[in-house]
Amino acid sequence: MSDPVLEIRNLSVSYAAPDGGRTQVLHDLSLSIGAGEVVTLVGESGSGKTTTAQSVIGLLAEGARIEGGSIRLLGQEVTALGDAALNGIRGRVVSLIPQDPGASLNPVRTIGGQVSEVLAAHGVPRALRRDRVIELLGRVGLSEPERRFDQYPHELSGGMKQRVLIAIAIALEPALIIADEPTSALDVTVQRRILDLIDDLRRKTGTAVLLVTHDLAVAADRADRIVVLKSGRVQEQGAVADVLRAPSSAYARQLLADAPAFATARVRPVPLGGNTAVRVEDLRVEFVQRGAKTFRAVDGLSFSVPRGTTHAIVGESGSGKTSAMRAIVGLARPTSGRIVIGGQEITSQRGEDLRQFRRQIQLVYQNPWGSLDPRQTVGQIIAEPLTNFEPMAKAEREARVRAILDRVALPPEVLARRPAALSGGQRQRVAIARALILKPQVVVLDEAASALDVTVQAQILRLLDDLQRDLGLTYLFVSHDLSVVRAIADTVTVLHKGQPVETGPVAQVFANPASEHTCALIDAIPGAKRAPTLQGA
Amino acid sequence: MTHLISRLAQGALVLLATFTISFILVQMMPGDAVLIRFLNPEMGMTPEDIARIRVFYGSDSPIPVQYAQSLLAVLSGDFGYSVQSGVPVAQEIATNLPPTLLLAGLGLLTALGLAFMLAWGAVLGPFSALRRWIGSVPALMVSVPVFWVGITLIQLVSFKLGWVSVIAPGPWEKLVLPVLTLALPIAAPIAQILIRNIEDVSTRAFVPVARAKGLSRGAVLWGHVLRNAALPTLAIAGVLLGELIAGAVVTETVFGLNGLGRLAERSVRTQDIAVLQAIVLISAAGFVAISFLVDLVSLAIDPRLRSQRSLAA
Repeated sequence: MSDPVLEIRNLSVSYAAPDGGRTQVLHDLSLSIGAGEVVTLVGESGSGKTTTAQSVIGLLAEGARIEGGSIRLLGQEVTALGDAALNGIRGRVVSLIPQDPGASLNPVRTIGGQVSEVLAAHGVPRALRRDRVIELLGRVGLSEPERRFDQYPHELSGGMKQRVLIAIAIALEPALIIADEPTSALDVTVQRRILDLIDDLRRKTGTAVLLVTHDLAVAADRADRIVVLKSGRVQEQGAVADVLRAPSSAYARQLLADAPAFATARVRPVPLGGNTAVRVEDLRVEFVQRGAKTFRAVDGLSFSVPRGTTHAIVGESGSGKTSAMRAIVGLARPTSGRIVIGGQEITSQRGEDLRQFRRQIQLVYQNPWGSLDPRQTVGQIIAEPLTNFEPMAKAEREARVRAILDRVALPPEVLARRPAALSGGQRQRVAIARALILKPQVVVLDEAASALDVTVQAQILRLLDDLQRDLGLTYLFVSHDLSVVRAIADTVTVLHKGQPVETGPVAQVFANPASEHTCALIDAIPGAKRAPTLQGA
Repeated sequence: MTHLISRLAQGALVLLATFTISFILVQMMPGDAVLIRFLNPEMGMTPEDIARIRVFYGSDSPIPVQYAQSLLAVLSGDFGYSVQSGVPVAQEIATNLPPTLLLAGLGLLTALGLAFMLAWGAVLGPFSALRRWIGSVPALMVSVPVFWVGITLIQLVSFKLGWVSVIAPGPWEKLVLPVLTLALPIAAPIAQILIRNIEDVSTRAFVPVARAKGLSRGAVLWGHVLRNAALPTLAIAGVLLGELIAGAVVTETVFGLNGLGRLAERSVRTQDIAVLQAIVLISAAGFVAISFLVDLVSLAIDPRLRSQRSLAA
């Protein structure tokens, strides 16, 4: 066998700690990737997987230092190379597909300019570049590549931007592509198309891929081998099938149990004789666009949710699920239709009535990083709805806050902290506590688990489940991720371009999807290829 | 396009407001230029003479009439006569504006160049100690007053080093020190903002992506970071450039140069209202022109602004 494309031996990396010392984030990491092979690096955030990727391409963050070990690319030691020599390798021998396509293109330069740059940096003559770029844009599946050449990033969707970034990465047919969470910011259906594209290009050019992901299901579908990383140490590595069938480390077993795609459908007791908590009838939401055109974001949405159950609204971005959610929580006025919550019709309410109604229905927003005021303490954040709706003595308010904090399984110490000092999962617990403190009947969860690692995601889903059972809550769960929906919801409505294409119990929709669009969404769930064999095993 | 037209209309409104406010302020001032100049006992003028002069300068009619008259006159380019020198104000401006424009223009270019070099040095300089040192220069420069910079520069460059003659300088030589004096305090805040923005933009996700293409640090800074960092800097620079006009007053006085600044100082001292109003209007026009230019440049740099505009059109 020929030399491996990438060979990492005993790599150790440390970061400068705030106290002046150094914190080691990678401990003796070893892995190798052969030509044309796909190796995934799986782990939660903070496990050192991104640090590993950065070391390979020589772009460690400021303050990071390689303490020992070696990284060989095509037999050449890269840890000893200077910046100028590394510039000759980056883009040509090893390239990068980044995490967040939305922020990874320069907003003030054209698509064509940003792709041709990699050609220019490695000596492709100017006269050849334009044609090469247009050919590349076509190859990554962008329609009208000539028009894209002169467009700017803001004129493209997230999936299209990721295609542009892939075009940059494959432009010089490098020996190794590092894909750092290439799809975690994208919808499942787009995620699938992007991963298919990477797969396809890899097969044609024989490029090796180091795929960094927190999603074991993605790893299961796409990789030849898996390296499981935790706290900077390799927990285990091996062929995908072996690791999934018989994980040898406790951590890999944990990851496997938490991945929603592999979870067996829960048996949920259907509440008996429950009255209806939420009823939506023929909801329509329209926006007047410039030029007096109306855009119908939601068209004819109807469903009802029995008290104490979870209803999911599923769709890709642009399907109208957010518009529907905003109308239901009373943040936007629907064009027509009825929304009845706890027997009260809300579409006709205004002013103080509407404000009081909001007590009944609370929202947990998708992004736990942006939805908490960074200047407030956790205690203030959780108490804020109380000060708005129920004036009471300070001591009583504090008791209520402590009680709810206990419910979401956070220690009392966090009360005095600010959001910046919390992890993503802790923040989401704070957001849930804030939503629950007014004892609402209905909680709307807008992608409430999407921005989290699988392990944390599983914990949050379990918490939501417990709370629902104990408090008799009704959930409205808005998501693009069907695998999460399967894990938490009782009934589901699938939205496509504003139209409800399917409504019914989750098990039934999954077993016999009636619409083509639902099939596509189910198909896109990563890990689907392996899940049946796993369950059979 | 519509956006630019509406910005021009806004500019015209600003100028009208400036004119109106300066007119009201002048009316509120006690006494007037005629009294100051001619009520001097040595001139031996009778009250009747003064009344005749007042009629000549139009300062006896009711205030709304005066307002309308002077507005119409200004619109037709007639700023009246300087009470102090008896020369038409338009002519005073015509002789004094060009040197100030030259001074301000050179000051602006020098300031931008200096700011840019400081930012470049602070971000890309060879040693981290040197980078930190360069990065701290702007803060020092901000805290130093203009006249002190001017006097120190004369002392150092002319008397100590003898590089630039202050006694009989050539036409360009005599501009070197005033331009530096004017540019230094403006360059400092622009450099500070530019450095901050370069640091901010450097943390954005497209920077490592550009580095991963194999571009050098300098190429990424030049081709990716700078244009993004320039946008917020430009907005602030537009406001700071207004300082050039205020700075010109002090600079021209310190260096004994003729120009609008000197004229402004003289007309304030002698309550030469007509001249003062013309200068206020010209300064306002300068502000409007600069912010319009900043708008144009921002549009050229940021495609997102362009497409918003075309949507709005």
